[in-house]
This record gives sequence, C-alpha cells and structure tokens, in this order.
Amino acid sequence: MSNTDRPTDEGVPDEQSRDDGEFEPIQVFPEAEEMDLRPGADDCYKCSTCDTNCPVAEVDDEFPGPKFQGPEQWRLKRQDDHDIDESVMKCSNCMRCDSACPSEVPLSQMHNTARGEYVEENMTKLSREYLRNRMLANYRRLAPLGAAFPRTANFVMGLSITKWLGEKTMGITSERELPAFATETFREWWRKRGGPAVHDENNRIAYFHGCYANYNTPEVAKALVRVYEQFGYEVLVPEQHCSGTPMFANGMLEDARRSAETNVRELAAAIDDGADVVASCSSCSMSIRQEYPELFDFEGTDEVATNTWDAVEYLRVHEDLEAALADASVDDGRFEEFAYHAPCHARNQGLDGQTIELLELIDGVEAHDVGDSCSGISGTYGWKEENYETSMKIGKEMFEHMADADATAGLTECPTCSMQMEHGTGYEITHTLEILEAALVGTNPTAEST
Amino acid sequence: MAEMAIEDDVLVIGGGLAGATAALAAANAGTKRVRLVTYKQSTLRHASGLIDVLGYTPAGKGPLTDPFDALEELPHGHPYERVGIDAVRDALSFFDGIVGDAYAGGHTDRNALVPTHGGTVKPTARYPAATAPGLASDDRDALLVGVETLPDFDAPLAAAHLEAAGIPFDCRGVTLRFPGITRDDAKVTRYAHLLDRNESVSTPSGEAGAREALSTAVRDHFEGEPRVGFPAILGDERADDVRGDLADTLGADVFEVPMGPPSLPGIRLEELLYDALEAAGVRVTSGVPVVGYETGDRAGAGRRTERIDHVVVDRHGAEIPHRADQYVLATGGLVGKGIESDREGVAEPIFGCRVPHAEDRYDWFVDDVFGEQPYARFGLEPDRELRPLDADGEPEFANLRAAGAVLGGYDYAAEKSGAGVSIATGYVAGTRSAEVSE
Repeated sequence: MSNTDRPTDEGVPDEQSRDDGEFEPIQVFPEAEEMDLRPGADDCYKCSTCDTNCPVAEVDDEFPGPKFQGPEQWRLKRQDDHDIDESVMKCSNCMRCDSACPSEVPLSQMHNTARGEYVEENMTKLSREYLRNRMLANYRRLAPLGAAFPRTANFVMGLSITKWLGEKTMGITSERELPAFATETFREWWRKRGGPAVHDENNRIAYFHGCYANYNTPEVAKALVRVYEQFGYEVLVPEQHCSGTPMFANGMLEDARRSAETNVRELAAAIDDGADVVASCSSCSMSIRQEYPELFDFEGTDEVATNTWDAVEYLRVHEDLEAALADASVDDGRFEEFAYHAPCHARNQGLDGQTIELLELIDGVEAHDVGDSCSGISGTYGWKEENYETSMKIGKEMFEHMADADATAGLTECPTCSMQMEHGTGYEITHTLEILEAALVGTNPTAEST
Repeated sequence: MAEMAIEDDVLVIGGGLAGATAALAAANAGTKRVRLVTYKQSTLRHASGLIDVLGYTPAGKGPLTDPFDALEELPHGHPYERVGIDAVRDALSFFDGIVGDAYAGGHTDRNALVPTHGGTVKPTARYPAATAPGLASDDRDALLVGVETLPDFDAPLAAAHLEAAGIPFDCRGVTLRFPGITRDDAKVTRYAHLLDRNESVSTPSGEAGAREALSTAVRDHFEGEPRVGFPAILGDERADDVRGDLADTLGADVFEVPMGPPSLPGIRLEELLYDALEAAGVRVTSGVPVVGYETGDRAGAGRRTERIDHVVVDRHGAEIPHRADQYVLATGGLVGKGIESDREGVAEPIFGCRVPHAEDRYDWFVDDVFGEQPYARFGLEPDRELRPLDADGEPEFANLRAAGAVLGGYDYAAEKSGAGVSIATGYVAGTRSAEVSE
C-alpha cells in the first residue's frame, strides 16, 4: 500500500460508528498533502532508540540524528518559514533507524522525502555538490562509458592525477580506488551466451542484477544464473535501470522516479510471464521491496515489491537448499575461511543470519560473522570527500572485527560494503552466490566461463 | 508455488530480555535448533539495565529488603506465582551464568539499593558492575558529576534528593561541560564512542584524549571523595577500560548512575545477551515481524486444543513460513506492542490470545495517576507452564507459551519486577519448550 492511500489515523472508527456520532476526527493540519507522513510523526514517542542505532550520530558532531531528521523536522515543517535543515545530507541512508523504531515510524521514508525536498528547494543546481551528487547517484549512466573501454578506463581511474582531480574538482575522495570495470559486462555475456540455458515457463525467475553486478562484478551475476539453472529455473534478464538506491541517498527523487518507473514496468511484465523477481544486491532488493511502495505508486509497484526476493532467500524458501548444501563440499583455497559482514540493507530485510546459517552446512567453508556494526560506506556516502573520515570512523569496528576473525578474506552481499571491506582490510571480498556456485555447480563451470 | 517452511525446534518471537532468556534456556536444555525472531528493537534500550525481582508488593509495601519473602504471598495469577519461587531462583542463577562478571548482586537474596538519576533509591536484585561502587548502602562519601548537555541527570539536585532520603554518607553534585561534546543534543552513543575510542578532544589546555580530558574537568571540582558517580555514558564496547582509566587518574572508585531511555546499560545488556545467543548457536532473524499463523491437525484426533503448525514472517511483503515444534511468545506489553489497544478493546495481535479487560474503556484506568491502574496489569493469563489460557481456562494452543511483559496480572512499574518476571518466565517457557520438543 502506498502512503498516498494510507489512512491518516488507524484508530479512527469505521464509517458505521462514525455515523453514530460517537467520534468526529479533527483535521489538525489543514493542507492536503501528496504524501501524508503525519502518522509517522504521531507514532514517535521520543524514546530515541533510533538515535542510539545511528552510526553517523555516533561519530559525527554535525549530525542531529534520525529522530530530528524524521518526525521532529516533519513537525517543524508545518510552519511555512522552515526549510529542511542541511544536515539531512549527512544521513547515509543505512536505514538502521527503520528496524530500530519500536513504534514503526517510517524514518527512512521521512528522510528520503526531506532530502528530496532539500535538494529540490535549497541546493543550487550549479553547485559542485549538486553536480557531484548527481553524477554519483547516476552511476548507471556513466558506467557504460567505462565499460565500453574498460582497460583504458581502469588505467585512467587508477592514475593518481585522476584521483587528485576527482577530489579537487568534484569532491570525490582520492583515498579510495575506484571500482574496476569488467572487460565484459554481464549483459554482454548473457547476449553472447544466447540467454537462458534452461527453458521452463512454469519455473521462472527474473533477475534484477543492478549496475554493479553488470559492469563491475559479472562473476556474481553469472554465479546466480548457474545456481538457478542448476535448480531447473529459467532465468529472464529484463531491461532495467538503477534500482534507485544511490538516487534516494542523494535526494535525487526525480531521477529515482524515472528509474523506478522503468523497473516496475519491466519487472511487472516479467511477473505477468510467470516469473518471481530476485536480486543479488541487498540494496537493490531493499529499494524495490520497501522504498518503491513508500515513495511511488506506479501501476504494479506493490505487486513488484511483494514478488521481489533476495536471491538466496528465494532458493531457501522455494527449494530444499539446506539439503543440497549439506550434501555439497567445496575444496578451493579461495573459499575456505571468510569474515562475513551482513549489510545494513540485508539486516532490514530479516536476512542478517541467513548467510552464516547456510554456509555452515557446506563442508569446506567457514564463515565468521563480524557483528552488527555498519560498514560505514553506505553507497555513495563514503565516496564524498567530506564524508570520508566519518565513513572510516564508522567502519573501524567492522575492520577490527574482520582482523580478529579467523580469516583473510571477506564476504558480503552489498557491492559498496565490499568496497569498504576491501579498502579497510586489503582482503579480497566474495559474494555469497559465488560460494553457492562453487558448492552446487562447481568452481570450473563448463566452457562458457570467461 | 508451494513455499517450504524454515524449520526449527523452538521458535521464540520477541528479542527482549524475556525472549533472549527463553531462547538461551531452550538451547541450554539441549534443543537442537532454536530461532529467535525479533521485529523492532526491544525495550531493553528503554531499560535501566538493573535486574529487579520485586521492589514493592502489589499492595505497595516496600522497599522490600528480601524479595523472596514477599514472593510467597503474591496473589493468584501473578507471573511469579505461576512459575513458583524455585523457578525464580533457577532463572536468576541462569542469568548470573550468562552475564558473568558484568553484573553483581548474586551473592545475596536481599535487594541492593541503587541511586538513580532522579536521586531516588531503587531496590534491585542485580546491577551492572559499573554501578556496584555506587550503592546507597555503602557509607563512603560520593561526588556526583552531571553534564550540562545531559539534563536528565541534574547532579546537585540528585545529591540533595539522596541526602534528603537519608543515605548514610555525604553526597555532593557538580555540573560540567563534557569535553569533546559540541552539540546540545549529542546522543548517548556519541559520549560513549568518544570515551571508547579515547578520541582526541580540545580542552582549555590543548588537545587531550577524551578520558584524560574528562578526568581533568572533574578534578577541578574534586575534593578527595572516595567515589565519583557519572551518568551511565562511560563507554560501550570498552566500558571497563574507560571506567578503569577514569578511576586511575582520579584516584577514586568510579561508578555509573543508571539513566532513563535511551540507556547504555540497557544496550550493553542487550549486547551481552546477543553474544550469548550467538555462542549458544541460536539463530536470530531480526527486523521482520511475525504477522500470522496456521494451525495444523498434528495435535492428534480428539484433542480439543489446537497446535500451531507454523507462523508467517513478513519480509517486506514476502510471507515466509517458519515451522517449529514449540513456540514462545515474548513480544512485550503495551509499550513493546505485544499487547495493543484501541477504542474497542485490548488484544494480543499475533495469535489473538485472550487479554482479560473491562468492556467499558473508561474502566481501564483510574484518575489517580499513581493509583492502581488496571491497564498496567493487562496481558495474557497463563497456566503454570505459561500457556496462555482461553475464556474456558483451556490453553489457547498446545504448543505456545508466553513470557515477559505480554503476560498480565502484575504491574511491573509499581512493583519494580519487570526484569525479574522476564527472566523467570523466559527461563521457564524456554526450558519447558525444550523438554516437550522431541
């Protein structure tokens, strides 16, 4: 249900009892709003549990915390002369406050709308910050350029002069290595391969690969395809745009709306063809499942949200994945011991324990949970020069726990968490689907591997 | 397409003190697969971190010196009466084993008297080691240090209150600015982080580590008291080191005064419990609610009490079945939302278990705010193994037990019995579930 049609007060009696004249609801705020966030503001009882879960407020003295950004700012805004406070741009959109709130206040939805309003009303469209954020948020529009000439792009991006220029001209930190482009994107591979190897119209999934698995880590996307085909699924790869996650985080709601419109249309069509949607990136699935219905109401938004799954979760619920993994073993030095970090956006979907539970079934693989701290990078957040230090302070706990774990490789399901893990520890970072591939399909799958 | 349930032996719904204790007790009793499903964060973050058993009788007599004397006389239907005194004792030793040195008070049955941030003295059975040097029964003088930006703890006022209450020592309160805190609404986690990481902060005499800077600020007011109390913000992950460093540089014992929400002692207790859950092999699924259940016909022909076959967890629209042999409901009371009320009635939202309450909602409360409030006792009515009962006095389900504030028949705020009831009923519900799940 989109918030545009959510009743403002769940305690209001139904029509019949209202007719009895027992209770007449009063409209406290006169203006009719496009998105009514009043229930969220009313439900907040100021316990501040969200504030104690905010990784930014713990280290950044300029950030007033989610309770202010959400319900309190919403109330302040009832006065016409209040602008959204610029500190909203310090929120990293990790969404931990959502699962913290004991009162179901839709904090990240309030932050997303406040940030969108701030960028729309208060940020100069010619400012370096706006241009930089727009560029970071629209990675999908730039990535094809890099992917077209991957070797040149990787070479140029690795040059210290490029990084220096990036920081001086754009405000992108020079501390980080930009992610390398794959020499062949997942979609190129898919086309060359001739699409699905399994055809079964009664057993279909539509794969939302997102940008990163397409341009940067096609091995993750290929692993997904091979694992699903092993279970007899026909894999569809519909047209798709960015999930919108980096756009929400940068307050670029119009960009997000355009991407979401395409995604909802294409994914709804795949659902009509009998597919369920699966995603390999935890932020992509989060965005489609939660943020789309909170922020948009295209036809099919709710249907797409309800039928979208995390790729591993889907197999666990629809196949006897546990039995398959219990029979499997992996004998590969690359997949022996991992320090596992559950991304915030996976935690919010109730997936925090899933990876450890499943991997402990596989003979030859050990994964150690490094705890519930945030990695600190939160998508584009940690790429900004002004956030780099905060991002690394937040990540410190995770780095320490990774160093303490009995492993020298990392494991996670979020592309930017994996960048942060690699940046902070120097470990190579794997995606869970790659281990499932090694366990269920084998590490040298047929001649099609490139 | 048919969905396969995620299978466990015991499934606990609710991740607060009662739920965590139930899951740990079930695992301790040998259950192979225990899962804890928790939706939002528990009310532990609202909690003082003190473990009360019983501070006052339901009739208001107290503070009680020995809660166990009073447990004998609790009315029929009180959760302690349901589980029995031996179970309360067993549950407390189980808790002591989980928290180890992080808590004190297990050496005696008698209540300790802990000064609170309001300057009252609270009777409690167990208290964090960080609070131990601050007990009101200790006759050493104390300095209380308040912080300008933490107005919940007005140290001079609290000290005056304590002296007026007749404590056996001199108590003085001072207020200072906390070095390194730049905003008035900094979160308690910010204070703790500064001290945990000993971040470099600006002081009038230059840059210094946060711990040293705080000691220096206190020393300006210090008159050689043998113990110094701070609001409970002295670190999180490295709280022992923080306290130790402050004690060394001040040359005095350092203790924490428990605060209102959000509370670091509550957060630390939560961390202790979740570490224990991980060590015990309990699987934790968090951030998603249980939204429904299905009964099965596995109860056997002729039995009138239904069994829960599986519950349904809503993961952002995807409905995931979770099946277990035994279930524990530990979703909290009116604050934790395990019990909900609207204008029409009071209900337990997941299983629809009966919550006894007056039909007329004007009978749910009395005008005297601190009077005997009927709503404070709202909750499920269980049998002696904590299965919620229906209106005929029969278990609602053969394999569902309830623990903690979702139970009725007691007013934890007035009695000071919240944590004790959660631990005792969680322990019994978890242990009993393990015994019958084979």
